[in-house]
Amino acid sequence: MSNNTEYLSASNARKSKSKGSLGSRIFDVFNVALMAAISYACLAPVLHVVFASISDPVRLLSHQGILLKPLGFSIEGYKIIFDNDTILMGYLNTIFYVVTGVLLSTTLTVMGAYALSRKNLFWGNAIMFFVTFTMFFNGGLIPFYIVVTALGMYDSRLALIVPSAVSAFNLIIMRTALREIPDSLEESALMDGAGHLTIMWRIVLPLAKATIAVIVLFYAVSMWNSWFPASIFIRDRAKYPLQLILKEIFVQNDASHVSHSSSDTTGINTDVFKMLVKYCTIVAATLPVLFFYPFFQKYFVKGVMIGSIKG
Amino acid sequence: MIRKDFRKNWVIYLIALPVIVFFAVFAYAPMVGVLMAFQSYQIKGGIFGSPWVGFKNFLDFFNSYYFGRLIKNTFLLSFYDLLLGFPAPILFALLMNELRGVKYKRVVQTITYMPYFISVVVIAGIIKDFFSSSGAVTLLLGSITGSTSNMIGDAANFRGIFVGTNIWQFLGFNSVIYMAALAGVDQELYDAAALDGAGRLGKAIHVTLPCIMSTIVILLILRIGNLLTVSFEKVLLLYAPSTYSVSDVIMTFTYRKGLQEFNYGYSTAVGLFNSVLNFLMLISANAISKKFTETSLF
Repeated sequence: MSNNTEYLSASNARKSKSKGSLGSRIFDVFNVALMAAISYACLAPVLHVVFASISDPVRLLSHQGILLKPLGFSIEGYKIIFDNDTILMGYLNTIFYVVTGVLLSTTLTVMGAYALSRKNLFWGNAIMFFVTFTMFFNGGLIPFYIVVTALGMYDSRLALIVPSAVSAFNLIIMRTALREIPDSLEESALMDGAGHLTIMWRIVLPLAKATIAVIVLFYAVSMWNSWFPASIFIRDRAKYPLQLILKEIFVQNDASHVSHSSSDTTGINTDVFKMLVKYCTIVAATLPVLFFYPFFQKYFVKGVMIGSIKG
Repeated sequence: MIRKDFRKNWVIYLIALPVIVFFAVFAYAPMVGVLMAFQSYQIKGGIFGSPWVGFKNFLDFFNSYYFGRLIKNTFLLSFYDLLLGFPAPILFALLMNELRGVKYKRVVQTITYMPYFISVVVIAGIIKDFFSSSGAVTLLLGSITGSTSNMIGDAANFRGIFVGTNIWQFLGFNSVIYMAALAGVDQELYDAAALDGAGRLGKAIHVTLPCIMSTIVILLILRIGNLLTVSFEKVLLLYAPSTYSVSDVIMTFTYRKGLQEFNYGYSTAVGLFNSVLNFLMLISANAISKKFTETSLF
């Protein structure tokens, strides 16, 4: 928390000096109220979904408007989704994609950033341009699709991990952080006869732990939430990530509003439970990220600062 | 020179290699692939065996019924998103900066970040739920307007819902960077302004805002450089044939033409048109900013 409080308290110190005029105090009251309203607006839809997921399905079906508390109590929905092979498979797939993806992404990013952070690298600037340019121009969807399929990755798990492995943005954040480390440290290690790999592993990386945490989180969140690459590259349903299955559940829900057709891929047929299952899946797919982010908030703040101001 | 360095530091070059190969394959090979835009691409022939057709794909696009509509939709959606979505986090950060309680501020911050971490699939699902004919927002607004129809399926509401929910999702997170910039403002400037008799509003306008102006300009240039990509995935998840008249944007059109109708050459041409337009906007924004504010990306 300390990184975060640093600037919070700095700005606070100057406020406390003067409580100010009546107008100033009225503004304070208004401001506090406004912030509370905005916070509530951010929270309310999420709470609605959480409350709905533990509500009594029959009462939920007839309820209208936003939920301020659960309607009765039932964990029926969660029982259904964790008994459901499709959803469970999606969950496991997502975990697999996140773990392998983050490992590959972070390794490649750190290696590239380490090399590019060296000031005497030949063509260093040219390579940086080569990387940065990709942030502003790309070949578009179809050529990308053709390249990935030409590499034999169609319907392969690799298609979700490899083509999106390195983000130019994260690479730049990482490189900026590594540049901050004084050269003298590496030079003296070189003198002592340490190789580059040893220096990278033993000296540089431990000093850049916070930034590595940031990019791990950026990669993990984006992989956890990713659905589009899977929707165009993966045909085999056994390889679907959770988000894509979630998307199908939503589409079916829309359809069932119109036609009340009960055939569907997850095998959950009763309309009563459909709504409940939708909410439970949202919670199951979102809660892990929401649960972790407050702990990593300070790193995110730091990462965004480094990436955007200095980069 | 380079040979000598290479011999001494070859490990460094080896470490850099995977990333260079990655970008060459997944970013630059597709850029070469845009040649397809000038072909009548056939899957069998591939890029080397398909017949060249010059600018036919582009001309077909420019002359098509959809061209005007796509340009208009893409620009309007992006423009509203920029017009409302860009200043909102700045204003929010300024107001946050005026909060006196440290704890309260941190709580507000943590809560308002949250929507950023929710996946676009879930966001789209929640939007459809809340704006459906029996949705919470529809009912709330219905009590004022008296109509409770499915709002997200109505072309008249699409842009409003799209932009509004974008602000909702990114307000807190996008303000982080301004909060960081605000923390860097020199304390003495405030004291000097106070001596000159500036009130809180005066300080905010004459001290805070100028101090974070370069951050604002840089972010604005970056935003303009990505203007036409819109939030492609979100549009894709939210739109429906009933709202195509306002919701169909260049990228969704590319997606349908290419991956659903397998019209590869045509789709690539449309995509290339979008990329080039985007890139030109970035360059112009950067040039204009360089001239008038002396702040620029490159």
